[in-house]
Amino acid sequence: MIEQFVIPTLKILIVLNATLVGVSYMTLLERKVIAWAQSRLGPMRVGPSGVLQPIADAVKLLLKEDITPTKADRWVFTAAPVISMVPALIVYAVIPFGPVVRLFGRDVSLYITDINVGLLYIVSVASVGVYGIILAGYASNSKFPLLASLRASAQLISYEVAVTLTLVSVILMSGTLSMVGIVNAQYNAHVWFAFVQPVAFVIFFIGSLAETNRAPFDLPEAEQELTGGFHTEYSGMRFALFFLAEYANIIVVSSVATTLFFGGWLRPFPHVAALHFLDLIPSWTWFLLKSFVFLYIFIWVRATLPRYRYDQLMRLGWKVLIPLAIANLVLTGIVKVMLL
Amino acid sequence: MADAPEHAPRAAAPSGPTEPAPPADAAIPAFVTSLQDNVAGSVAQLSLYLGDWTVIVPASHLVQAAQYLRDAADCAFDYLSDLTATDWPPRAEARFDVLYMLYSTRHRHRVRVKVKVAEDQPLASVTGVWPAANWLEREVFDMFGVNFTGHPDRRRILMPEDWQGHPQRKDYPLEGPGELLMENPIDWLKLRQSRDEADIE
Amino acid sequence: MTYLPPETIHGAMFDTSELVINMGPQHPSTHGVLRVVLRLDGEKVVDADVVIGYLHRGIEKLSENRNWTQIILLTDRMDYVAAATSNVGYCETVEKLLQIEVPRRAKYLRTVLMELQRIASHCLWVGTHAMDIGAMTVFLYAFRERELILDLFEEFCGARLTYNSMRIGGLPQDIPPGWDKKVLAFCDVMDGKLDEYETLLTHNRIWLERTKGVGVIHGAEATALGLCGPALRGSGVARDVRKDEPYAAYDEMDFDVPVGMAGDTYDRYLVRMEEFRQSLRIIRQATAGLPEGPIVGKVPRLIKPAAGETYHAIESPKGELGYFIVSDGKSTNPYRFRVRPPSFCNLQALPRLVRGHMVADVVALIGSIDIVLGEVDR
Repeated sequence: MIEQFVIPTLKILIVLNATLVGVSYMTLLERKVIAWAQSRLGPMRVGPSGVLQPIADAVKLLLKEDITPTKADRWVFTAAPVISMVPALIVYAVIPFGPVVRLFGRDVSLYITDINVGLLYIVSVASVGVYGIILAGYASNSKFPLLASLRASAQLISYEVAVTLTLVSVILMSGTLSMVGIVNAQYNAHVWFAFVQPVAFVIFFIGSLAETNRAPFDLPEAEQELTGGFHTEYSGMRFALFFLAEYANIIVVSSVATTLFFGGWLRPFPHVAALHFLDLIPSWTWFLLKSFVFLYIFIWVRATLPRYRYDQLMRLGWKVLIPLAIANLVLTGIVKVMLL
Repeated sequence: MADAPEHAPRAAAPSGPTEPAPPADAAIPAFVTSLQDNVAGSVAQLSLYLGDWTVIVPASHLVQAAQYLRDAADCAFDYLSDLTATDWPPRAEARFDVLYMLYSTRHRHRVRVKVKVAEDQPLASVTGVWPAANWLEREVFDMFGVNFTGHPDRRRILMPEDWQGHPQRKDYPLEGPGELLMENPIDWLKLRQSRDEADIE
Repeated sequence: MTYLPPETIHGAMFDTSELVINMGPQHPSTHGVLRVVLRLDGEKVVDADVVIGYLHRGIEKLSENRNWTQIILLTDRMDYVAAATSNVGYCETVEKLLQIEVPRRAKYLRTVLMELQRIASHCLWVGTHAMDIGAMTVFLYAFRERELILDLFEEFCGARLTYNSMRIGGLPQDIPPGWDKKVLAFCDVMDGKLDEYETLLTHNRIWLERTKGVGVIHGAEATALGLCGPALRGSGVARDVRKDEPYAAYDEMDFDVPVGMAGDTYDRYLVRMEEFRQSLRIIRQATAGLPEGPIVGKVPRLIKPAAGETYHAIESPKGELGYFIVSDGKSTNPYRFRVRPPSFCNLQALPRLVRGHMVADVVALIGSIDIVLGEVDR
């Protein structure tokens, strides 16, 4: 009874809350890191060194007037940001923060669930998030958001192909679709998959930059363009939901990258006895640290690189990344067959 | 502004530009002589002041002279630096001086071509010779009202499309047309409002 | 301002399969109040109509009602990004009319100030151009360096943007003690910072893809269209007023003029980046060799040039800045005051450059031409 309902509910509550707080604090992290890259300080006024800034932002957005364009489709208009946000959150059901640990006399697994098609679940749920963008553009009943949302969704769909192909290479290496299984496979193989599949990792990283609409692939939402993007007509909390969905996606992608390529919760060199003192740091902390490094790299890339034009972006996705991913997959298959 | 701008009292409005002829011992540059020789009647007057040569060309010979100056090997004036006009209201028969500052990137020499036109006299456009003249002629049309024939895009450029009058003429008031110099900005707002209401009706 | 319905543009009715969009006067990337009406066929620009005049203040007409010294203030406000250059251009034209000699020290100081302005103007250019293309960090770095230059100007003449820093015949006051050492220190700092900008942009693959082959125009067409300054030099035409018709102390300075061959946005970018370094070279030479002497020449108490007209051009950071002034010999105001604005003539080429490119390139090209609306509209 407790195992079936209470513990999963507790886990869901913890993970959801942590994610939402994490997402809102990621806005602060981004502003601070970009500011430091640009020789300035970022938010400093609200709270000591600006630490309470996300709370101030949340309060402001909640108090803003809720504008819905007259001719817009009201239900779809309201549903679109929700459709964008929810998939980003439910992906956390399968992400493993750590192995089974002993807590309060029970064996508790540091993940909400471990379905044996975990990776497939992640990919499919992430694809549903694209609907939020398309519906936002459609529901705004204005030609610029519509065009921009179609461009953004075309970009997302194209890069999903490349990303999914790299995930297949990882599956070939690990032999299982289950997220916990992939981490265990890295433990058994004594090496993190990033070192065995560097091409796949690089393609995954670039593809996820495009998937989350981050620079250098953020043309559909750049202010310097003529159209304000698919969220032109949105204001207040709905607008905030789109942005939070984007940040939630970034955190999801960082977590997935950590799990698939960098050993998830494993500490560096888990088989080397001399480094056992590193076990003092709990497994979930290792996981969070590694995810944090990816978050930082996402923000760093945004501060540094100019952005691609739309046709160059699509060309990169279809003509460069997908062939590379396929080649990597074929090579992985051949090597696997020959070595086994 | 606290101090009003100086409206310096003029003895009499000057009736035309000062165009000193070149002194007898000055060497006439090759491009002037070749223009004189090849396009008959193009050089009505020649002037040299402070090292700048000015050629005054009658309006009827403008395009021919311009093409010659651009194409001839010893002239090679491929760059139209500026195209502007000056207003001399007392000179009734040719009110405007339209000036063309030409420069040659090959020979690095300059010349100023001046054409005197009357108020309603149309003048041929040189956009066919130097496309750079496009916006410059639009500005002269906008500010002075000189009519350029053959210009591809005859619209005002700096003033709004429906503006009446040509602001840089000497008889155009500095403060603008019919706008009363109002002490109180509220009065100006009221005037604007009544004008907008009249528009809506 | 009055709305321009599509039919009135070029007098032709638009094809209904084309989309007309308006980059209105208020836009984050048009660097001022500029309006561009684009006619699109899908993503490609078929034609562009540039509408200006939103910042027209009638400086030319106002100058006919100001005396010769008061006009220096008005010239500041045209190209407000490089105000000292406009000041010098005007003062040199009046000095030509008055036929007075400017002392050597004043010439050297004018050169130093103008080259500092060139660096400041190019800093603003590189920051806004990079930001339009997406590299927002360069904007902050470039403005940090511009602040250093503005501090130098503030020490010299008390203002950061509109300097009023020249007088007919020379300068209003001499430089404060130690100023030349600060200028040299700034030059050393700037060298390192230029390397930073180049690291971020020059060989960056995304930058290359966004700027190479965008807005190509070759020498003869560029000259015919009236382009000037780095935009013309990027197309292979070696034209620089500082070399062709030297003024101030440029004939005594040793510097090179970079010329690009491909005529695209990347070459214009490279030309301006190299101009940074050449400006630093000139500043170092001029500051090190600063002669002693008076800073104002023999100027009559009441400035009234003899009747006559003249045209004089200098090389501002944007291109050839020319002044055509007519004096009637009797009044204390000029009879006609005309500014030949480099940004106006460069902007004229925008429809030609933009044709055939995509919407995202329009913004890159406006940045590449480097306009200041104060100068375009006067």
